Parts: sequence; structure tokens; C-alpha cells
Amino acid sequence: MRVFHRLLVAALLLPVLALAQTPIKVGIANDLSGPFAALGAEARDGFNLALKQLGNKLGGHPAEFLQTDMGGNPDQAKQLVTRYIQRDKIDFFTGPIGSNVALAVGPALFAAKIPYLSNNPGPSQFAGAQCNDYWFGLSYQNDAFHEAAGKVAADRGFKKMVIIAPDYPAGKDALNGFKRGYKAAVNQEVYTKLGQIDYAAELAQLREAKPDAVYIFLPGGMGINFIKQFVSAGLNQNIKLVGPGFSADEDVIQAVGEPMIGMFNTAQWAFDLDNAQNKKFVEAFRKEYNNRNPSVYAAQAYDVIMAIDAAAKATGGNVSDRAAVLAALKKADFASVRGEFKYGVNNFPIQAYYARVIEKSADGRITNKLVGKVFDAYQDVYVGECKK
Amino acid sequence: MSSTLIAEQLLNGLQFGLMLFLIAAGLTLVFGILDILNVAHGSLYMAGAYVAAQTMQWTGSLLASIVVAAVVTGVVGLVIELVLIRKLVVRDHLAQVLGTFAIILIANDLVKMLWGPAPMMMNMPASLSGPVRLLPDLLYPAYRLLIIAVGLALALGLYLFVTRTRAGVLVRAGASNRQMATLMGVRVPLLFLGVFVLGAVLAAIAGALLGPVTAVQAGMGEQILILVLVCIVIGGIGSMRGAFVGALLVGFVDTAGRAFLPTLLKTFLSPAVASSVGPTLAAISIYLLMAVVLVFRPAGLFPARG
Repeated sequence: MRVFHRLLVAALLLPVLALAQTPIKVGIANDLSGPFAALGAEARDGFNLALKQLGNKLGGHPAEFLQTDMGGNPDQAKQLVTRYIQRDKIDFFTGPIGSNVALAVGPALFAAKIPYLSNNPGPSQFAGAQCNDYWFGLSYQNDAFHEAAGKVAADRGFKKMVIIAPDYPAGKDALNGFKRGYKAAVNQEVYTKLGQIDYAAELAQLREAKPDAVYIFLPGGMGINFIKQFVSAGLNQNIKLVGPGFSADEDVIQAVGEPMIGMFNTAQWAFDLDNAQNKKFVEAFRKEYNNRNPSVYAAQAYDVIMAIDAAAKATGGNVSDRAAVLAALKKADFASVRGEFKYGVNNFPIQAYYARVIEKSADGRITNKLVGKVFDAYQDVYVGECKK
Repeated sequence: MSSTLIAEQLLNGLQFGLMLFLIAAGLTLVFGILDILNVAHGSLYMAGAYVAAQTMQWTGSLLASIVVAAVVTGVVGLVIELVLIRKLVVRDHLAQVLGTFAIILIANDLVKMLWGPAPMMMNMPASLSGPVRLLPDLLYPAYRLLIIAVGLALALGLYLFVTRTRAGVLVRAGASNRQMATLMGVRVPLLFLGVFVLGAVLAAIAGALLGPVTAVQAGMGEQILILVLVCIVIGGIGSMRGAFVGALLVGFVDTAGRAFLPTLLKTFLSPAVASSVGPTLAAISIYLLMAVVLVFRPAGLFPARG
């Protein structure tokens, strides 16, 4: 009888408990295998550091974080997102590194009214015609690094520029972005094969052209191949290297080392950016991960969790009220490691961008050093196409 | 366009061709003699590069990296032959491709487990990291000269091995008619094992040598394998001479396409059209070359089986 009583009490209490403890669910589609594995691992470390600091809670409310690897594959990511929406009923989504994946999964999330906070990709489609209230391009718009790099090249007085990118849509966008920032005419525009291994022919052309600087947008292994070969050809003695931040972040530096010294690059964040939240983040990151410096991917992922945390706090944990959640997210009322920023109409950040240069620091570590601000409050050029 | 630039680009073509030959030699040997398309050859190349990068970080010596990479990858090749290839040889081509493809998947994940997903650092020794003045106004990277030298030496060595030694005779016999060679008393299992290990060692040397100028990362093998396949198809599958000529052709055509085609097109097309057509045309040039060769010589330039 006593057992029965206990069961009865338990049965009556259960729905109450369940109601009180319905956790806020965040779906994180990690990129731990496939083409963006190295960057995905950085992002995961950023996510996990934030989760640890928040004690796995969001705004002080219980939360559940579903982390699944989708291998940078848009089809696999789509299946995963369907599962997240239908079975797991997530409240927030984040994770992918590539723009192709963001574009593939975005529409389904928007239709299901699930806010997607981007921890990296910022495709122009979502900034322009396909902009959506449920999208938050927390990181940057894809063109921004290139435009900032163009301005850095112009500001540094590099008169003769050669610009190089792979022959595919993102490569063309990158070089157009650079030219927008550079404003003057470039000397040569070179398109290479996607996945090219040997750059000897292009390097010979560079030697002939004798530019002041060369801008490269060569993601992943291509950039590593190019920089190693550029330096071994001795071209670094007379020609400066300029790139977007993602061609010169910790992952690439770890793989190339010394030859990267002196490369200019641009990003909305730097590990030595001077603000309280960033100092706290960098220190905690180093402590947690073997004294490693965080990359921009880790910083962005960390920011995403903090943004969700702030929104959960503002809505008192009632994240099913999506209108309130969107309004809270849009305020960007959290301490970002990049400093203060606000969103434009298209939910892409209006923020500062910085120039960094790779140097050997006092403790013998090869890493980026902040050398100046490029833009105070940059907004992408696509915002005008966003009608909502 | 100056004559030194043309000379430099020709040198680049030779260098890229020899780079491809280092990998093509092993692949064509295995294909020709075991009659098995080992798509995991790229993984052996990757294994070589990783072992070399690790050795380089420990010792700082390029020579040590190449030797250790060759030995370790040779042992890996030995194990793969005994465990898997031996069983695949008697199966059809589909089973062979699936079986060796499985090795690619396993190898890529194994490498990520052991060394992490980020690309690995492997820098060239300081003494080889600068350019050398070949002519008054022709500078050429010292390391690329080393690749040319090793490539030529290896080509010569393989040529002498295949034509002048008893093992070479067995290899040639096995390539041209396996059944006949068996009937004449060649110990085929041992021959297969030897050839597969040799292929692995050659791939490892290529990986170790190319590590300092390319990204050492998971999946690096598949990227280069496609180009290498084109080389051996052009040259004639199973033929060492074919692999050499095929690799050089691909190296020259690819480099010339990238170096000269855009400029050439600009002389009779508008700059906008030329800059969009040029790279595309350069990218498909080697496949055009392969198609043309296959139309006139369906078995490649130097078919191994007469």
C-alpha cells in the first residue's frame, strides 16, 4: 500500500516536474569530419568552453545541447536538421562552418520558426533577398573580410596588387569584395583551380609582375600550399602577403609556422583585442585547451552561446514565445568578445573590423598581432536588397 | 613575356611532372602486375607525408624523414598486402575498388585520430628554403631543384631495376602476361608482395618529399590521385616508361595551360571573356589531353601488355 501511495504521489508530481524542467534545447550541427574538420574542432572548443562556464544552463534555466557531427555535408546536415526539428524539437540552431551548409539548412529552420545563430558563415543570399527574421549572422557577412583587406592594402600604400582566388563562385565574390575595399584598379586578377596543389606557374608570373603585395583567398590546404611555395621561391622578400582572417588564423599558422610571419589579414576579432570579456575568454580558453590561442572560429562559437544565454535570460526561460526570443536576440545585449555591435535590418552585424599581422611574439609563439582598426562600423552591401 | 619566364615555366612543368611521376610509378606498378586498381595508393602517399612530418618535427632532418617514412609506410604496405590485397586479387574489379576505397576512409580517420583534424606542420630545411640563381635573371627555388633531382634519379633507378635486374625481368614478365609467368615458375605471391611494398615505399618517398611544399592533411591523397590516374592512363597502365612520359606530359600541359593560356587568349578575346575562359580551359587541358590520347591510342602511349 505504501508503495502504491508513493507511486501515486510520484505520478501526480511527474507532469509538474516535467513542466518545470523542460530544458531549452540547442541543436549544434558540428563540422568534425569532412572539409572543415579543423575549423569545426575549433568551433566545438568554443561552444564547449561557453557551456562549461554557464554550467550547461542558459539564462540560469536548464538546457540541453545536442551536438552531432554532419561532416560539412549539406545533405547530411539537412537530415540532421529535420531530426532536430521534428524529433528533438530544438529551440535554437547553430554549428555549421560552410556557407553551402548554412544555405541548405536555413529554409527548413526558418519555416519551423527556429532561430539560427550563425557561428561562422554569412552568405550574401541571407544578407540580401533571402533575409529572414530567424537568421542571425552573428559572425560576419562573407564579403566583409575581403573588403577590409582591400582597404588595408590601400591604406598601407600597396600600389601594385595581384589578387588570387580559386575559380569558383566564392572565389569570385572574394576578389570582388577586395576590389570594392581597394577602390583602385588591381594589376592582375588570377583564378586558379579549386584544390590546386602546385602553384609554381602562378609564382613565376608573380616574380615577373613584381607587385607590392599579393592578396590570396585560398581556403584550407590551397592556402597552405601557396604560402609554403611562395616563401620557398623567395618571393616574401619583396612582396607582402595579404589575406582574409580565415587564411591566416591559428589553424593555418600551426600548419605553416615561420613562413607565415609578416602576413597581413583582417577579421572582426583578434585574440589580443582589448576588452574585458575577450581577456576573460582568451585566458579561460588557454587554460582549458593546453595553452593554445583561440582562433576566430572558437571566439564566434563562444559568442553564439553567450547570445542565446542572454536571450534565455531576457525571456525568463520561456523560449517558446518566439517573438520575444527574436526581439531579445536582436538586441545583442550580451558581452561579445569582439566588443559592442548591433544588428542591421538583415540581422547581420554592423561592427568594427581589424587588421592583424602575423609575428613572433615575445614568448616565441607565432601568432596574430592586432595592428589597427580598418572599419569602425562596417555594414555589408547587400542590406539594401533585404525587404522584410 | 620574356624568355626567362618561359624557361622558368618549362622548369616548373618538368618539376610538376616529376612530382606526379613519384606517385604514378608505384601506382602503375601495382596496377600492371597485380591487376588491381589500388585507389588507396593516395593514402600510402598521405601516410608517408604524415610520418615524414612527424620525423621532421623530432629530428629536423629531411633525409631522416624520407627514410623513416619509406620504412614505416613499407611496413604498412606489407600488412595491407597480406591482410587485404591478397584476398582481393582473385575478386572482380568492383570488389577491389570497394576494398581499397575502404582503406581510404579508414586511413583518413586514423590520421585524424592520431594527429588531429588540423593540417600538420612540415617545413623544409633552412638550407633549401630559398631560391637559387640559375641564370643572371632566373631564380629558382632550391627545394624544387631537389624534387627534380630526386625525381630524375628515381626514374633512372627504376629504369635500371626494370631492365637490368632479375627481379625487374620478373616484374616485366608479370606485367605483360601474369598467367604465362606463373606457368614459367615465377613465385607470384612473393612477387606481388614485393611489388606492393615497393609501390608503398615510392608513394611514401613522394609524400615525404612533397610534404614541405604542400599541405599535410587528411584527404591529401585523393586530391593528387586523380591527376596521377590521368598520368598512368595516358602513359599506358602498367608501364613504367608510360608513367614517366604521361606524368611529364601532364606536368607540362597543366603548367603551360595555367601559365600561358590566359595571356594567349587575351590577344584575340576581350579581357573579360579571356579571364573567365582562361582558367576553365587550363583546368580541363589535361583531361582534353587524356581524351585525345585515348582516341588514338586506347591502351595509352606505351601499353604494357603487347
